[in-house]
Amino acid sequence: MAPRKTASVSSRKTAAKPSKKDFAGGTIAEFSKEDDLKAYREMLLIRRFEEKAGQLYGMGFIGGFCHLYIGQEAVVVGMQLALKEGDQVITGYRDHGHMLACGMSPRGVMAELTGRRGGLSKGKGGSMHMFSKEKHFYGGHGIVGAQVSLGTGLAFANRYRGNDNVSLAYFGDGAANQGQVYESFNMAALWKLPAIYIVENNRYAMGTSVSRASAQTDFSQRGASFGIPGYQVDGMDVRAVKAAADEAVDHCRSGKGPIILEMLTYRYRGHSMSDPAKYRSKDEVQKMRSEHDPIEQVKVRIVENGWASEDELKQIDKEVRDIVADSADFAQSDPEPAVSELYTDILL
Amino acid sequence: MARMTMIEAVRSAMDVSMGRDEDVVVFGEDVGYFGGVFRCTQGLQAKYGKTRCFDAPISESGIVGSAIGMAAYGLKPCVEIQFADYMYPAYDQLTQEAARIRYRSNGDFTCPIVVRMPTGGGIFGGQTHSQSPEALFTHVCGLKVIVPSNPYDAKGLLISAIEDPDPIIFLEPKRLYNGPFDGHHERPVIPWSKHELGEVPEGHYTIPIGKAEIRRKGSAVTVLAYGTMVHVALAAAEETGIDAEVIDLRSLLPLDLETIVDSVTRTGRCVVVHEATLTSGFGGELVALVQEHCFYHLEAPVVRVTGWDTPYPHAQEWDYFPGPARVGRALVEAMEA
Repeated sequence: MAPRKTASVSSRKTAAKPSKKDFAGGTIAEFSKEDDLKAYREMLLIRRFEEKAGQLYGMGFIGGFCHLYIGQEAVVVGMQLALKEGDQVITGYRDHGHMLACGMSPRGVMAELTGRRGGLSKGKGGSMHMFSKEKHFYGGHGIVGAQVSLGTGLAFANRYRGNDNVSLAYFGDGAANQGQVYESFNMAALWKLPAIYIVENNRYAMGTSVSRASAQTDFSQRGASFGIPGYQVDGMDVRAVKAAADEAVDHCRSGKGPIILEMLTYRYRGHSMSDPAKYRSKDEVQKMRSEHDPIEQVKVRIVENGWASEDELKQIDKEVRDIVADSADFAQSDPEPAVSELYTDILL
Repeated sequence: MARMTMIEAVRSAMDVSMGRDEDVVVFGEDVGYFGGVFRCTQGLQAKYGKTRCFDAPISESGIVGSAIGMAAYGLKPCVEIQFADYMYPAYDQLTQEAARIRYRSNGDFTCPIVVRMPTGGGIFGGQTHSQSPEALFTHVCGLKVIVPSNPYDAKGLLISAIEDPDPIIFLEPKRLYNGPFDGHHERPVIPWSKHELGEVPEGHYTIPIGKAEIRRKGSAVTVLAYGTMVHVALAAAEETGIDAEVIDLRSLLPLDLETIVDSVTRTGRCVVVHEATLTSGFGGELVALVQEHCFYHLEAPVVRVTGWDTPYPHAQEWDYFPGPARVGRALVEAMEA
């Protein structure tokens, strides 16, 4: 599972012209049969889970806000493959995929979406607000960009404790324009904190495309004035993500301070369930689906290498569907929280 | 007269204002091309161009701060913060800069900005999309705070706000955008098209800032409410049969104390209602004013009905939201005391 070490992060060139971000690719990790099958299963779990969440939303079991991760699965799965026990993850509101990749219970996530007592926040948090101390997942944050400062604090705590854990702070191209992101960058560089800032650039901050909201659209360079190295990565190829993750993790663990990875990715669905996504063409979405789908890429590789038969892949599909169906059943049958829960985990 | 939802009324106010005054500019997150997350600015960019209605990055502090600078040089920015819950990064600019420029510059500069924000709950938004932060603004000397409860008022007040020389926080109860939600979540809301306050003139008109409106005449008890809670209070009055006088404050600062005092002096009883949390909420200010001005007319303690002192939960929305049953119980309590 060792990535090719032919190019280090520090020697990798970033895209010269930010406008040509068509997944030029960087270093590609070599994936074994086991790696690809694991990545396939984990990405498929996220996708099927999100599809089911979309269905439950349509049926009225989920209310309010629900942001699906479909299309972006390779980012979190690839990053997670490079982590060790104790590394922390924090993200924004499009968080279901991150939680599943961290190993949090599909039942717990789905029941939180439906607002039930078996949800990870007892139903009181909803889609955007879940945590797991056990899995080192620090949320689930509904306020755009807020988690970036918190992730910086997690990195500080690692440095203070003298451990070799790294902190992964995920945020989107929209959040990248919040002032506190740059306050965080400055502190992380100043104090050489082991923070990996992962910009999931899916091209749209809700309904506003990157070019309409950002002067510097190459987000990997957003740390330049602080001396933070940054690299663009093909976020649709789980191997490219894994390779970048390995190098970024090495960089942080060896005490070199923070690093930025810009993941060039794409969300297939609207920003949230109420977004018809009329700000982009159907062709654009279709092109990404048919030419860059992160799961299909792995599937093709598995079949071409003869690592699994169609039947074996179908068996994986079935197992994943069963997990998702079980989580959906639980999320619909589990009771709502008791009224007494209104006043738990508060100060007064 | 046209029939408008509150979304259309707010949009019409900006449209009319932009048409009359080239100094009016509209911007915010997703406001230009996309037309706003609640569609309040839909069509304005197409009509007035990208220099007068445009998208801003997700940078609330920058949006409000730059609006203040524009206003100091004579523009009249009307900006949108996508949800009131997102305003906290901008709070520094609002409190330290916008609210104080007139005072700090000895009156040389004023700050004619309007900051529109959808506020309140009722849409399963959970803790980061349901808050009612009005008291955080009324506590700051130098901001005017408006909360309309219907399309007619929303348009007239927003035009007044845009024309006003001082900074205005314009809180739009998002649960009222499409109809007069009265807290009965189990049944569909009546659309504004079937409500008399959904009748809105298409052209220019203003409603004075600082004037309350009595929505229901009554003699038994005065209910002070604003935004969504006006409709909840009206429902509670009907359902309990208590002859309540329901006052829609419309503007929290400046506050129409005269109308409040006149009513409580007549009824001798008062219930204060808001969605926001209880402790240090705007209701505390209202109760203090009522006892200062009406003490010898009061026949019962003033009762408050508010959101609980907790974050806004995702589940349990209707245990949290102060609906007509809770307001009704408060009316009974005020009458029986």
